[in-house]
Amino acid sequence: MRVILNKKMLIVSLIVLAILFPLFVPNQYYIHILTLAFIWTIAVYGLNLISGFTGYLSLAQAGFFAIGAYSLGLLTVKAGMSFWLAFILAPLITSIFGLLIGLVALRTKEHFFAIYTLCVGYIIYLVIDKWDRLTEGVRGLMGIPSPADIGPISFSTPLGQYYFVFVVLLLVIFLVYRIVNSLTGRSFIAIRNSEQLAQSLGISTMKNKLTSFVLSTFFAGVAGALYASFIRFIGPEISYTTVVFDLLTYMIVGGIGTLSGPLIGTLLIVWLSQNLQFLQDYRMLVFGPLLTMLIIFSPGGIVGSFHSWQLKRQERKRLNTGSLNN
Amino acid sequence: MFLETSNLTKKFGGLTAINGVDFSVDKGKINAIIGPNGAGKSTYFNLITGVHHPSSGKVFFKGRDISTFPANKIAKQGLSRTFQTTNLFEKATVFENVVVGHRLRTKSNLFDAVFRTKREKEEGEKCKEKALKVLEYVGLSEITDMVVANISQEEKKRVAFALTLATDPEIVFLDEPTAGINPDETEKLSILIEKMAHEGITVCLIEHKMRMIMNMADKIMVLDYGEKIAEGTPEKIKSNDEVIEAYLGGDASA
Repeated sequence: MRVILNKKMLIVSLIVLAILFPLFVPNQYYIHILTLAFIWTIAVYGLNLISGFTGYLSLAQAGFFAIGAYSLGLLTVKAGMSFWLAFILAPLITSIFGLLIGLVALRTKEHFFAIYTLCVGYIIYLVIDKWDRLTEGVRGLMGIPSPADIGPISFSTPLGQYYFVFVVLLLVIFLVYRIVNSLTGRSFIAIRNSEQLAQSLGISTMKNKLTSFVLSTFFAGVAGALYASFIRFIGPEISYTTVVFDLLTYMIVGGIGTLSGPLIGTLLIVWLSQNLQFLQDYRMLVFGPLLTMLIIFSPGGIVGSFHSWQLKRQERKRLNTGSLNN
Repeated sequence: MFLETSNLTKKFGGLTAINGVDFSVDKGKINAIIGPNGAGKSTYFNLITGVHHPSSGKVFFKGRDISTFPANKIAKQGLSRTFQTTNLFEKATVFENVVVGHRLRTKSNLFDAVFRTKREKEEGEKCKEKALKVLEYVGLSEITDMVVANISQEEKKRVAFALTLATDPEIVFLDEPTAGINPDETEKLSILIEKMAHEGITVCLIEHKMRMIMNMADKIMVLDYGEKIAEGTPEKIKSNDEVIEAYLGGDASA
């Protein structure tokens, strides 16, 4: 009971901290960076749902992120649609692409799935890059509007954007929490642990994998739409392979298949790369070995390692009290 | 007929793993399938439980042809199975492993998950109750909160049993349930298997431990090179020349 209470306190204080952050640190630049980090976190939560909880490593996440971003951009800039309608439609369009691609991709397993989705991501990049009559290609899509005002609430200032993105992030985390802790989520986890066993327990693996995959693309679409409205300029590079590996790094460092991992991993890496900016591209010389060490010595990431440490402690406690009773 | 295979055949390329097997499983009894290594016993199980689909021949369950059903649909019909290697998730607790077993009898979907509907809560409760009940049944009430990695091999086998029982099966297929555990523990597991049969769950198992099989089985089928070479009561099988030949290679001195 005390653990639950502590957890609740921790969550509340983190939320309060995030709300107060801009007041303590009125530096526009930091607010900008944190807003971006929140957007990436949303995409990582999607990736974590299919890869961490369902066991299918999808490397097309940046592609779906870009589909979300371009959907919003094209609908507002070229089709002249109102912002909020476009903002609702963008993730849905992304999910439809996710459904169609998932139907084919999920027929493959393990490495083949990873390679297949990597290719899908690259194809999405190529389409955006080459189809310049629709997407403006390498010139990029400019003049995307920021979220329209709702009554007295304005989202055009960096502060307004920050709070808007933060609220969406909270909503996403809440949704993922609900899903992971439901019967549906339990089916996902069963598939991750052993697909053969899950199926022999009567779980329709294809249906569940597809649900998880479409959800992951939905969250990628949300993140993409937020990105487009925040930066207000998008180019094909947001769907490039390096972006996928950034997302993957955030997830692995934080803890794959954990609820708080994506948030912790993304914030930590973004903060680190900001502080190592003076090293320019040599930053990778720091990240590379660090990441390699992490995967070798603690594949569960920060949160995963914390969990196994807790488990070990509990086990030791149990054994100790057991021997005392005897 | 409860469960019946007729002329069941499975070919993997040029290899015929199962060749025209006719067999019927007796309801409420312990049915055993024995045979030398590579005889096709596990393949036979896989064909019935939908892991593989037969090249020809059919599987009937309560008169219904289930040979083309996918594995998850077969489980819903009330046919459940364990695997040779226990497929449990080592990092989770015993309870967490078993709680998913009753999922196939629930209907909650993504909508229920997101809005945490009444159905989701009720069915979630139902799954938990079921898990605790089957864990008690297999004698693991004491260790429900232990991580699977820290329990014994025999206990893992019991967890696998609990998992199949949580699906509310009418018939369970146990693929070498006592492989890799000592004689003492084998004895204890046999008692559990007999208890299941006594309470009306039909059991069909693959085993190598002859003494155990001969003591507990009501009906035995012997497979060799994918073909049925004998069928009947343990007494009948013990004195069957073909069986002795398959196991000992022609010399009937055993």
